[in-house]
Amino acid sequence: MNGPLGKDLLGLDELTADQIRLILDTAVPFKEVSERQIKKVPTLRGMTIVNLFFEASTRTRVSFEFAEKRLSADTVNVASSGSSVSKGETLVDTARNLEAMRIDMVVIRHPASGAARFLAERIDSNVINAGDGTHEHPTQALLDILTLRDRFGDLAGRRVCIVGDVLHSRVARSNIHGLRKLGAEVAVCGPRSLLPNAVEELGVQVFDRIEAAIEWAEALNILRLQLERMQAGYIPSLREYNRVFGVTSERLDKAPHDLLILHPGPMNRGVEIDSDVADGPHSVILHQVTNGVAVRMAVLYLLAGGRPDLADAAKGGAR
Amino acid sequence: MFFGTCDPFVVAYIARMSKPTTLLDARAMDRTLRRMADEIVELNGGTDDLVIVGIERRGVQLAERLVRLIEAQENVIVTRGALDITLYRDDLQTVGPRPVVGRTQLPLTLDGKRVVIVDDVLYTGRTIRAALDELADFGRPSRIALVVLVDRGGRELPIHADIVGRTVEVSPDQRVDVFISEVDERDAVILADRDAA
Repeated sequence: MNGPLGKDLLGLDELTADQIRLILDTAVPFKEVSERQIKKVPTLRGMTIVNLFFEASTRTRVSFEFAEKRLSADTVNVASSGSSVSKGETLVDTARNLEAMRIDMVVIRHPASGAARFLAERIDSNVINAGDGTHEHPTQALLDILTLRDRFGDLAGRRVCIVGDVLHSRVARSNIHGLRKLGAEVAVCGPRSLLPNAVEELGVQVFDRIEAAIEWAEALNILRLQLERMQAGYIPSLREYNRVFGVTSERLDKAPHDLLILHPGPMNRGVEIDSDVADGPHSVILHQVTNGVAVRMAVLYLLAGGRPDLADAAKGGAR
Repeated sequence: MFFGTCDPFVVAYIARMSKPTTLLDARAMDRTLRRMADEIVELNGGTDDLVIVGIERRGVQLAERLVRLIEAQENVIVTRGALDITLYRDDLQTVGPRPVVGRTQLPLTLDGKRVVIVDDVLYTGRTIRAALDELADFGRPSRIALVVLVDRGGRELPIHADIVGRTVEVSPDQRVDVFISEVDERDAVILADRDAA
């Protein structure tokens, strides 16, 4: 009973290269909708979408909400604080109660890896993973990849390095799966304490020194260093992290070619990225944010349609 | 493989199959487009505020041809646009998403413009309904006219064309194929059975 992506979007690991390309190709015309004077098309009129956010988020939640509204869906935001979740209701009970009010889709962000799948298997609505624990954040990776594709065209053979806290990063995992499926070469760079064990098994190269990564890569996707990591003992201090792994203009100037700079936000200026890099000529960080709305519109559009049971009936009727 | 069976349905089906008929060849199409270009100028009392908008995808090429004919004839520049109505369709829930959504390119505002929508074939009218909805989101034109190369009848909505290249009554199990050299490497309008390749 599903469209070209199936019922849910849980991660890029389970999509084919063709499905990823379909989302990216569909996102391109959606960019134009956001440039119109009336930034709205009636495509999802009458659909109800719940944004279920169990973790803080500004960019992703607002981006999803814009995408939903620009497609004319009706949206409701539920945050864990101030909802019955804080009274101890389970995830499934929350979702089932929402579903009893006849919703069509759930966008979920949750601190537990696998929460999106757990939910998708238990409710009929389409589920979109907006980040689950350290597992995946598929729409973020899709917008990163769309941004890279805008500059590079075909990604086959292009060299992308993900820098920073790969261990805790769902953005990194989704990017690695998506980029590799599209034929890009992927590397990671960061302190060993913040790289997963046997990260090479994901099919990526590992750089221990940022200078070597900069020399190799055509684009850097710089991850946010969560300040809690220092307290947990993964790194000695933020200053030291910046000195060893920070992306600075001095380091970039030594590179043999220009590098595209991506960051999923929110940035710690002066820690993983210096201000003059973040605001520099090769930064596409705000371009990523713009693309985020288009990618999410594409995902909503592709998941919303496609009820082949009805489609077959309609086609049979036309014959 | 059909001929080996005696299933009466299949026999009736074969009987109904006919050779594709050419409704317009390249020369006839050229002549028709010239006449349509003249009629567009006549209908709008000139070319002031004229915006010619093609519907993805073959309407876009037809619109471009009409624009060029009008520009050559009247010695003016005519504003053009392209419209993809995918996001305004009324069948997303039943037919599912179109794999690739095309681009819409229109002047920033259509307020006070005389808009001419160009499409290849007019059938149920649902595409035009969607196009009218989409145009309304770009402003308030002073007039919208509809120009089609072929009107094949079979309307499901109260919509009619102002300027028609060729009118034919076509049964639902036949289809009208428009070929345009920019995309199909030849100009022709062919009437064929729906299930023929």
